Amino acid sequence: MGVAKYTKDEKGAIKTVTYQSGIKVKPVYGPEDLEKAGFDYDKDLGAPGEYPFTRSLHPQSYRSRAWTTRQYTGFGTPAETNERFKLMIANGQNGLNVAFDLPTQMGYDSDHPLAQGEVGRVGMAVDSLKDFETAFAGIPLDRIGSGLTINAVATIMMAMYQAMAEKFGYSKTRISTTPQNDILKEMIGRGAWIFPVEHGVRLVGDSIEYAVKELPRSNPVSLCGYHIRESGATPAQEIAYAFEIAKAYIDNVVQRGINPSEFVGRFSFNFNVYGNMWEQIAKFRAARKLWAKMLKNEYGVTDKKKLFLRGLFGGGGSGLTKEQPENNIMRGAYYALGAALSGAQTTALCSFDEAYTIPTPRSALLSLHTLEILMDEVGLRDTVDPLAGSYFIETLTLEMEEKILEEMKEVEDLGGMVGCIASGLIQRKLSGQAYEFEKGLQSGEYKKVGLDPGSKDNDPGATNVELHEYNDKWAQISKANLKELKRTRNDKEVASTLKALENAARFDENVMPYLVKCCHAYATVGEMAGVFRQTFGEWKEPDFY
Amino acid sequence: MLKTKDILSGNKLAGARLIRFIEDNDPCAFKLLKELYPYSGNAFIIGITGPPGAGKSTLIDGLILEFRKYGKKVAVIAVDPTSPVSGGAILGDRLRMQRHAADDGVFIRSMASRGQAGGLSRATKDTALVFDAMGYDIIIIETVGAGQAEFEIAGLAHSIGVVSIPGTGDGIQAIKAGILETCDIFIVNKCDRPDADAKVLSLKMMLGMRKPDKTGWTPRIVKTIAPDGTGVKELADTFLSHFEFMEQNSSINEKRKELELLYFQSLLKDLTLEKILLFIKESKDFKAAAGKIKSRRMDPLTAAEKIVNKICVF
Amino acid sequence: METKNKIRVLIAKPGLDGHDKGAKIVALALRDAGMEVIYSGLHQTLDQIIQTAIQEAVDVIGLSIMSGAHLPISEKLISMMKEKGIDDIRLTVGGVIPHQDIPGLKKMGVAKVFPGGTSFDDIISGMNSLFE
Repeated sequence: MGVAKYTKDEKGAIKTVTYQSGIKVKPVYGPEDLEKAGFDYDKDLGAPGEYPFTRSLHPQSYRSRAWTTRQYTGFGTPAETNERFKLMIANGQNGLNVAFDLPTQMGYDSDHPLAQGEVGRVGMAVDSLKDFETAFAGIPLDRIGSGLTINAVATIMMAMYQAMAEKFGYSKTRISTTPQNDILKEMIGRGAWIFPVEHGVRLVGDSIEYAVKELPRSNPVSLCGYHIRESGATPAQEIAYAFEIAKAYIDNVVQRGINPSEFVGRFSFNFNVYGNMWEQIAKFRAARKLWAKMLKNEYGVTDKKKLFLRGLFGGGGSGLTKEQPENNIMRGAYYALGAALSGAQTTALCSFDEAYTIPTPRSALLSLHTLEILMDEVGLRDTVDPLAGSYFIETLTLEMEEKILEEMKEVEDLGGMVGCIASGLIQRKLSGQAYEFEKGLQSGEYKKVGLDPGSKDNDPGATNVELHEYNDKWAQISKANLKELKRTRNDKEVASTLKALENAARFDENVMPYLVKCCHAYATVGEMAGVFRQTFGEWKEPDFY
Repeated sequence: MLKTKDILSGNKLAGARLIRFIEDNDPCAFKLLKELYPYSGNAFIIGITGPPGAGKSTLIDGLILEFRKYGKKVAVIAVDPTSPVSGGAILGDRLRMQRHAADDGVFIRSMASRGQAGGLSRATKDTALVFDAMGYDIIIIETVGAGQAEFEIAGLAHSIGVVSIPGTGDGIQAIKAGILETCDIFIVNKCDRPDADAKVLSLKMMLGMRKPDKTGWTPRIVKTIAPDGTGVKELADTFLSHFEFMEQNSSINEKRKELELLYFQSLLKDLTLEKILLFIKESKDFKAAAGKIKSRRMDPLTAAEKIVNKICVF
Repeated sequence: METKNKIRVLIAKPGLDGHDKGAKIVALALRDAGMEVIYSGLHQTLDQIIQTAIQEAVDVIGLSIMSGAHLPISEKLISMMKEKGIDDIRLTVGGVIPHQDIPGLKKMGVAKVFPGGTSFDDIISGMNSLFE
């Protein structure tokens, strides 16, 4: 049943329950379990808003403010994206979350052969600063922050955001941007990597260092356990690997002589709500606690606010089925309930049609309403951390903490995350787990409602859904704009800024200021990424079996 | 219909399909190989072996690049183990060489060991023959070395490179297993690791005890860092200089003859075995013996002994 | 020699999409069904896929496409396969494929379509059925 392992007796009564992270669940919990686990209120929980923040980051949690929600926007041309942005802001949204198309994510311009058929498909197409000027025209950049879902070329997009803001007359000290910028998880899960591992990490380090020195309101990294989980990780591994990745970035910046206290407070996280609800709740509570403990004990961070595990707990893509897609609406509601019961600060849900396509406006609205129902109708804002003190939840939270630490230790014993990813150890482990899990799902060992193994009724293609259509005109417009740009810009300036960028890349200077200059000169994303490709080479993915 | 002249002209599709016939042990391959044989004998065959995870595929990716810069046409045979349970395999070595996939002068062929001991087989030799006749200047055979394979590869290649990495006992174990006598170039990969120098030193010590081989070649040690290409050019040049060395003192001819004799012997063994087994399996004696074994009236040891004794009267 | 009639499959990820979990677990399932699987890795051009299929002499190309671009990609690949004389290699397509696109794919010459959620058993028997 569900994603946990259950054994039953001949009458169907449950005998054993084992969660994905490997924790065995007892039929009944009582005070003796807390005692056995060595539970200590002050050490393990503390008051909400107090170290180690197991209960909540803020003393009043949802009482003072309901969770914030984020919707992913951006498709087609920058002009169309700009219309969407304005509409969302008019509807009261205080932050934008920008999706980029695949060519942009991979550092190719719209006229590159590999961009064919992909321009504007899964997000906005960006070739140069001109496109950012169009997309963000009329947006109050000192009030509205922007999340940028970009990784391999995050440095380029951060620089472009700054250049665009400066063109519009905003000082770089007043703007706020949060690029995803988590290249190591791309190498584990989402596949939008370009450069070899150590160069990828160096670029993340450059952007953090630059944010510390020049962009006081920007958050340079958003760590995604989410995609690691989607790639086959257990909930404990999701947290453990994200933390180990965070440590790889922190260590890179610390080597530059910067104190962790200057930047760790600006890290945010993105975790997955998919799975057994109790396991997720324990995962989030344990994660808040472990992050704070790790920063305090290993990196000497003392300022309370810098110990916060800030971020978005949401999504749940792996839980969705293509069969009977309406069921996904219910699944989403329960995932969100789990997130709320664990005190998620920010959330967002996958839309029910996401197993098929980019969400349609209708399905995106349904997700938003689901979240509103929980906060405004069901009563989840009534009190802070309602499950605290539960014999079960507190025991489980402690066990989860143990499991996460075990997984972290394994990575550290193998020399840390950079090496484990470069050699493919993590990827091999996760693809094997994903395979075993999928087999279990197909044999009925794990259960998803509406997905009956062996039944011919659930022909996987037997559902028609409304589709978000691809429009070829996006590519035509982008290519025409690019051609016009290349005709009108100052080629000498482009060449000299790119040359300076190449030197910085080669001689280990921080590339960010050079990228800003390239952007101002209207160098294209493809040209800037091309300099990096030339200098760093491209990553060769390790085998996975 | 496959034509010898297409293969000789370097047509990749024709070559690839012949290799598939070889692999599937299709009888038509034998005839074609016979026709191709007179056109072979020009390629320089390199064997690369070493433990899993030593970075062999990434090194070969770099070697292809270097050899291409010299204008050489390069073919790669990458052998991966077949799963003993399912008989299937994932052939992933080419994953790291994929940037050369669309290069006209490069041919990469993955091959499953299909239950052959040591992972190498006659199919590898036959395939090398096809590449040779197709006009590839350099043929690289990649195989996972875990003891036995090094000796097998010695029967296929003109120059053998063994990859080891610092911080593991693999290299040393390989030497203990006798690789010292067969290896021409020791490759210490991942040389950015702190204990790389210790590894090189220990190899040097071991090699100090070895006399030059009968061709007069003294084995070399090359340090590499495969991912960023450090040392790969030097490695390519070392292989080429080994080839030149053998050409200059004509030992390459001796080596080629030696390999052809080995090929002849392995063919003899395979064909004899195939023919005799086929003959036995169709005989009355075999069927009778099988029946007796099933009903436990005779033990398999006695049955096998009886049949063989009957055939091998001499 | 134990050699006959092994199905050789190229699992390929065309284009820029990097979601490869599906491709990888299908590769593992096909291996466990006794097939020889060549995995192309991410970010492949159609030319690389064609050249790999030729050099590896595969029986089937299995494309994994999650970006929604399955129709134009399949169409282009099929015309390239014809041009290179390898249209006897069977083409199968898996990934995020909406029901309404399946007839179109079949019509252009895709031998089998395996939308996300197709069981391993169905993929394996579908592959095997191409060679019965």
